[in-house]
Amino acid sequence: MLKDRTAIVGIGETEFSKSIDSTELNLACKAIKIALDDAGISPDQVDALGSFTYEETPEFEIARNLGFGDLTYWSQAPYGGGASCAAIGQVAMAIASGISNVGVVWRSRKRGDPSSRMWSHTNEKIFDHWKWSRPSGLIRPVDESSMLMRRYMHQYNYSREDLASVSISLRQYANHNNKALMQHKSLTLDDYMSARMISDPLCLFDNCLESDGAIAIVIANLDIAKSLNKIPAIIHSYSQGMNKEHQLMTHYHGDDPLESSSYITASNLWNLSDYTAKDVDVAQIYDAFSPMIPFSLEAYNFCSKGQALKLINEGLISINGDIPVNTSGGSLSEVYLHGMNLVTEAVRQIRGSAVTQVKNAKLALVTTCDATPNAAILLKGE
Amino acid sequence: MIESIPIPGIEDFDRAYWENCSQNKLSIQHCAGCKQPRFPPRHMCPKCQSIEDEWNVVTGKAILWSFVIPRPPLLPVFENQSPYIVGLVELIEYDNIRIIGQIKTDESIDSLEIGDTLNVRFKKINDEISLPYWVKE
Repeated sequence: MLKDRTAIVGIGETEFSKSIDSTELNLACKAIKIALDDAGISPDQVDALGSFTYEETPEFEIARNLGFGDLTYWSQAPYGGGASCAAIGQVAMAIASGISNVGVVWRSRKRGDPSSRMWSHTNEKIFDHWKWSRPSGLIRPVDESSMLMRRYMHQYNYSREDLASVSISLRQYANHNNKALMQHKSLTLDDYMSARMISDPLCLFDNCLESDGAIAIVIANLDIAKSLNKIPAIIHSYSQGMNKEHQLMTHYHGDDPLESSSYITASNLWNLSDYTAKDVDVAQIYDAFSPMIPFSLEAYNFCSKGQALKLINEGLISINGDIPVNTSGGSLSEVYLHGMNLVTEAVRQIRGSAVTQVKNAKLALVTTCDATPNAAILLKGE
Repeated sequence: MIESIPIPGIEDFDRAYWENCSQNKLSIQHCAGCKQPRFPPRHMCPKCQSIEDEWNVVTGKAILWSFVIPRPPLLPVFENQSPYIVGLVELIEYDNIRIIGQIKTDESIDSLEIGDTLNVRFKKINDEISLPYWVKE
């Protein structure tokens, strides 16, 4: 039904910066126009929209600014970092099922200002599931992620030196990317080991950037995609996943807290696909915090449980490794836009136009946040 | 940012938990029908879907499953406490019931290890809320 019926045909990005003097709506409009121009599709052909529940630019404002046609589908995907591939997959399903023909998915975010940190708006009285952790001082997403990392290090006998290789690998990619916020900043093991701790055992460099910008993509049915001049990034398979006893960001109460919702997404994604992890040429793994990369690589079956950090240290995710990961620098070193930069980089890899290009990349995996209900897509070239 | 400690809002399904904490007792919600324990407390038994529950007081003795040491930037009330330790502890009386709480030790932070045995204590926040925390003794 969905397999190989739709493709990402256009990508658009604004500038990325710590602070852009513009509104989120203005940035969203610019990114979407760039994506439509990239695809060679006229705005009045767009009839579907997908976004994040966290997105603050409404569909009708987007549509009437850009001059879209009559819309026949729109949806929003929840859970921030878990949303990008879900928003894309849902629009792809609408197109594959014939409800619509051309869809736009976007994320615009001004997050560079520290006052926009969500945890800093914690209320005096907590009624949601965070009542079980925040009163004890486990306040920020980094604290929630760090809890799992220390356990993983204990269980598989790893140290901070081992984890450093994740951030250092991504920084090396960013150093080649002139859009990356960290292009001009090198990162050595010494830099990493002497960085200030944010939530021990995680330090500054285990955290994503705080940045402003917008990213949009255009999805079309395969007939339209093939009529355009760009190499389509065909959406081969897509799944969402939420495991038993899941609790948002604090998935501590199931049988094994180290077995995240990514295991559900991965299992279903591979079942729906003609491929296995071995066939994937390049992966874009959601990385709000560095532990999410080893956790996700294990969940998606690139290696067995407990092996990821050892293999990353041996070069697994670098450009010459078996599975290059976050080749534009990712959320840790390019830009943090809830993982949408991972999608645009996957499309560039399929097109053969990435700055750090994986040779002959034909199959690209994009994942979303390991610590939330999440989703993934598998993109393939022609 | 709030200046005070964020406190849990009490709801019908967890009122017994907080009432027991206020009396320095840790209790776990069980299904009144199939007796399945569950944490965090919730409205319905995920095993048999009964909405009837009962509460069993436990010793609170636990094994340290993992812990973190948050450093600034934090909410002001926690920035003042930093460095402090937040742990995820596993109750010895159950398989897989884990609770978040602060960890206190008279020894240095460096001596704390996953697998340490801990005892529960309670810190009174106000007349309705006391928060459980665990001590290494």
